[in-house]
Amino acid sequence: MNAAAERLGPLAGVRVTELASEHGAFAGKIFADLGADVVVVEPPGGHGSRLFEPFLDDIGGPERSLWWWHYNTGKLGVTIDLDDEYDVDRFRTLVASSDIVLEGEPPGRLAAYGLDYGDLAPKDEHLVWVSITPFGRANPRAQEPVTDLTILAAAGPAWSCGYDDHSLPPVRPGGNQGYHTASLWAVMGALVALWARRRLGTGQFVDVSMHAASNVTTEAATYEWLVAHATVERQTFRHAAIRPTPPRLIRAFDGGYVIGALPRHASEFTALIDWMVELSLADAFDEFFFLEMAVERGGIVVSGIEIDPEAAAIGLAGNDALRFLAEHLPAKDFFLGAQRRGLPVGIVYAPEDVIEDEHFVARGFPVHIYHEDLDRWLIYPGAPFHASASPWRVRGRAPHIGEHNGAAFDTTGSRENPVATASGLNGEGRERWKSSNPV
Amino acid sequence: MGAEVIRVEDPVKEGSWDALRGMPPFVDDRRGRDLGGAFNNHNVEKLGVTLNLRTDRGKELLRELVAVSDVVTENFSADVLARLGFSYEELRAIKDDIIYVSNSGFGHAGPYRKFKTWGPIVQACCGLAFSTGIAGQPPAGIGFSYMDHHGASFMAIAILAALIHRDRTGEGQWIDISCTDAGALLTGPAILDYTVNDRPLRRPHSPDSNRSPSPQMAPHGIYPSAGEDNWIAIACRNDRDWRHMAALIGPDSAADERWTNLAGRVAAQDDLDRLIAEWTRSQGRDELAADLRRVGVPATAVQRPAERMDDDAGTLDWELWPTVTHREMGKVRVDGIPIHLSKTDWIIERGAPCLGEHNNDVFGGLLGHSNEELREMREAGVL
Repeated sequence: MNAAAERLGPLAGVRVTELASEHGAFAGKIFADLGADVVVVEPPGGHGSRLFEPFLDDIGGPERSLWWWHYNTGKLGVTIDLDDEYDVDRFRTLVASSDIVLEGEPPGRLAAYGLDYGDLAPKDEHLVWVSITPFGRANPRAQEPVTDLTILAAAGPAWSCGYDDHSLPPVRPGGNQGYHTASLWAVMGALVALWARRRLGTGQFVDVSMHAASNVTTEAATYEWLVAHATVERQTFRHAAIRPTPPRLIRAFDGGYVIGALPRHASEFTALIDWMVELSLADAFDEFFFLEMAVERGGIVVSGIEIDPEAAAIGLAGNDALRFLAEHLPAKDFFLGAQRRGLPVGIVYAPEDVIEDEHFVARGFPVHIYHEDLDRWLIYPGAPFHASASPWRVRGRAPHIGEHNGAAFDTTGSRENPVATASGLNGEGRERWKSSNPV
Repeated sequence: MGAEVIRVEDPVKEGSWDALRGMPPFVDDRRGRDLGGAFNNHNVEKLGVTLNLRTDRGKELLRELVAVSDVVTENFSADVLARLGFSYEELRAIKDDIIYVSNSGFGHAGPYRKFKTWGPIVQACCGLAFSTGIAGQPPAGIGFSYMDHHGASFMAIAILAALIHRDRTGEGQWIDISCTDAGALLTGPAILDYTVNDRPLRRPHSPDSNRSPSPQMAPHGIYPSAGEDNWIAIACRNDRDWRHMAALIGPDSAADERWTNLAGRVAAQDDLDRLIAEWTRSQGRDELAADLRRVGVPATAVQRPAERMDDDAGTLDWELWPTVTHREMGKVRVDGIPIHLSKTDWIIERGAPCLGEHNNDVFGGLLGHSNEELREMREAGVL
C-alpha cells in the first residue's frame, strides 16, 4: 500500500448513521470509502440483505453474503430494535452524534416511531437527512411496491435496452443499476447539503426519488421526446434510436465480442488501410476503395451522412472494415490493435475479465481486503477515481451483525464540523420543497 | 445546484469539440451549432465562452479563468491538456488550491490511458454491457450512454468531497476519474462472485438480467402483454408475493407444487416464465400491473418515453421536466434533478449557452477586460 492510500479520505470526521436498506447501501459504501465514519444500523438478527446471493462457497448465512460484503465495506455495524424503548434511545444518541442520516425506509414508517426528520432535526439542526424512496416522500405513488426491475422498467432504462428483434423483451440493465443511480444521487445531495451547511448554519432534508433518478439517466430517450416528440426504439448493443443505426456488435475470431465506432477522421481511415495492408487483408476487403476515398476527402462529418450519399457509403465501409478486421483477429488483439492505431473500439468484457485486465490492475482497481475471521485476503473492486490529496479507499470488510454495538457509541459527541467555517458559494435555493416536512 | 459553471469551447471549429452541439433532435426545421436539443439538455444553466488555446492570448485568458475558479474539469484523453500547457502542476502554479478533475474513459494512468472512448466503449470495457442481456442471446448492452451520466455522477461526488477537503485543510488536488473503473464498481457482487467463489458471469445461461440472481427472486421478468411491443415487468420478492400473484393467475395453472417455495420456482424458472407469459400475453399491461400492485406485488408497464414524461405522477408531481429558455430554441423541456433539498433546492431556468454567448459577461464582467480588448481578441481569433 503506497503513501497516498494511507491519507485520510475527504470525509474524515464526518459521521453517517445509515439505516440498512437494499437501495441505499451503495450510498453508505461511498461515504465510508470516502473516509466518513458510517454506522450501519440493522434490526436484531441482521438486515435482510445479508441473505442476498451470492454466498461465500455457496453456503447461505448472514455473515456469508458477498452482496452484503460489497455494499458495506468500511462501515461499523450496530443492531437496534426500534420497537424497544432502550434501543430507541440508543438510536437517538447515534443520530445526535451524526452529520448525516441516510435511510431508505418506506414513507411513514419512521414517523410512526416518532423518529423521522421532523421529530429529530429540531433538536439537532445541523443534521443532513437523506431519504431514498421509490418515488420521493410526498409523491402520489409513494406507497407503490417496487424493486430494481420495476424501477428500471417504469423509469425508461428498460425501454431503451434489448435487441433488434422486438419479439424479445426489453432488458433491464444488469446489476441493480436503479439502486446505484439513486444512491449516487443521494450522495450528491448529501454532500451539497453538507457544503451548504457552512453557509446556512443548518442541515436540511434531502428527498431522493429512485424513479426520478433513473428517469433522468436515459439520455436520448428523454430528450428525443421532450424536444421532438419522437420515440426511440431499442437495438442490439447500440443506442436506442429514432431510426435504425448500423449493427455494432461483432463476434471476433475467437468468439469474444467487440464493438467498433464509426471512423470519421482521415487518420482513422489511414490507420484502417495500414492495418489491413500489414495483415495482408487489403485485397480480401471489397470496400477498400472507399477507405482510400475517405482519406482523400479528409474524413467525413457524421452529421453530413444524412445528406451526402458518398459520406454515407464511406461510413458504411468504415464500419465494414472494422467488422472484417475483427472477424480475422482474437477479440483482445483487435481491441488493442485498433486502439493503438487511434481507432476508438471496445472489447465486451465480463466483470471477471475487468478485474484481471492489466490496465485495471495497473491502476490499482482490484484491492485486497483482509477478512481476519477467515484469515483470507479477498479481492474487491476499488476506487472509481484517484484523488491525490484525499483518496477513495476501501477501508476494510463489512461488519458482522452487531459487531460495533459497543464501539460505535464511544465516539458519540465528537462531531467534527469540517464545512462550517469557510465563506459561501453563490447559489440561491427556491422556496422550501413541499416534502421538507415529511408526514 | 447554484455553482457558476463556465464552459470553455473552441471557436475555430465552430464548436465541434462537442459533436452534440449541432446534432438532433431539433425543435423545428432550423439546423446549426446552437440548435442541438441534446446539447441543450446537458448544458443548462452554464455560461458558454470560446477560447482559442492555440494562441498565447487564449492560453493567458484560460489562466485568468483558472485563477478565479475553485474547480477545473476536463474530459480529454490523457495528456491532451498537458500538451497545451495546462497540466495539474501548471494550474497549481496559477492557483495553489485548485481542484483539477480529469474525466476520461480509461483514466490518466495505466496502459490504456491514451485509448479513445465513447459511452458505448466504456460500457463494453467495464463489464456493464456484458451484464445486460437475455440468456442464449449475445449481450444486449445498455442502449444509452449510462456511464456518461455516472462518470459525471462520480465526478460531482469527487468535486464536492474535494471542496470539503479543501475547506478543512486548505489543500487542492488532482482527481483522475476513469469511467471504466467507475463502471466496473457498479458490477461489484459479480466481481466478488469471481474473486471469492471463482464463478465467472460468463457461464451457461448467464447473465440473464431480467432475472434476479442477487437477491434471488422468481418469478422475476419482463413479459409480453396485449398490443404491439407492450411489456409488463413483474417481480415476486418472496413467497407471499407469489401467493398473491398465483391467486390472480387462478388455482389451476398456479397450483403446481414446484412453485410453493423460492427454491422450486428458481429451479424451474423457464417453465414458470412460460406459464406467466401465457397469462400476461392477452392482458392489458396497465390494468394487470395495477391489479398486481393492489395485492402488493411490484409490477409496472415497461413505460414508453411519452408515458413516463407526459402521464406519470411519479415524474410530473416531482416537477422532473423543467422548461428552460434557450436564446435560439426558445422554451424547451429538459431533464431535471431527482433530488429535492428542503433549503437549497435546484433551479433550472436557462437553456444551454450558444457558442461564445457569454464571452462579454465572463471576459469583460468577470475578468475585467474592456470592450476594446474584447473586440481586438475577437478580431485576432482568440475568442
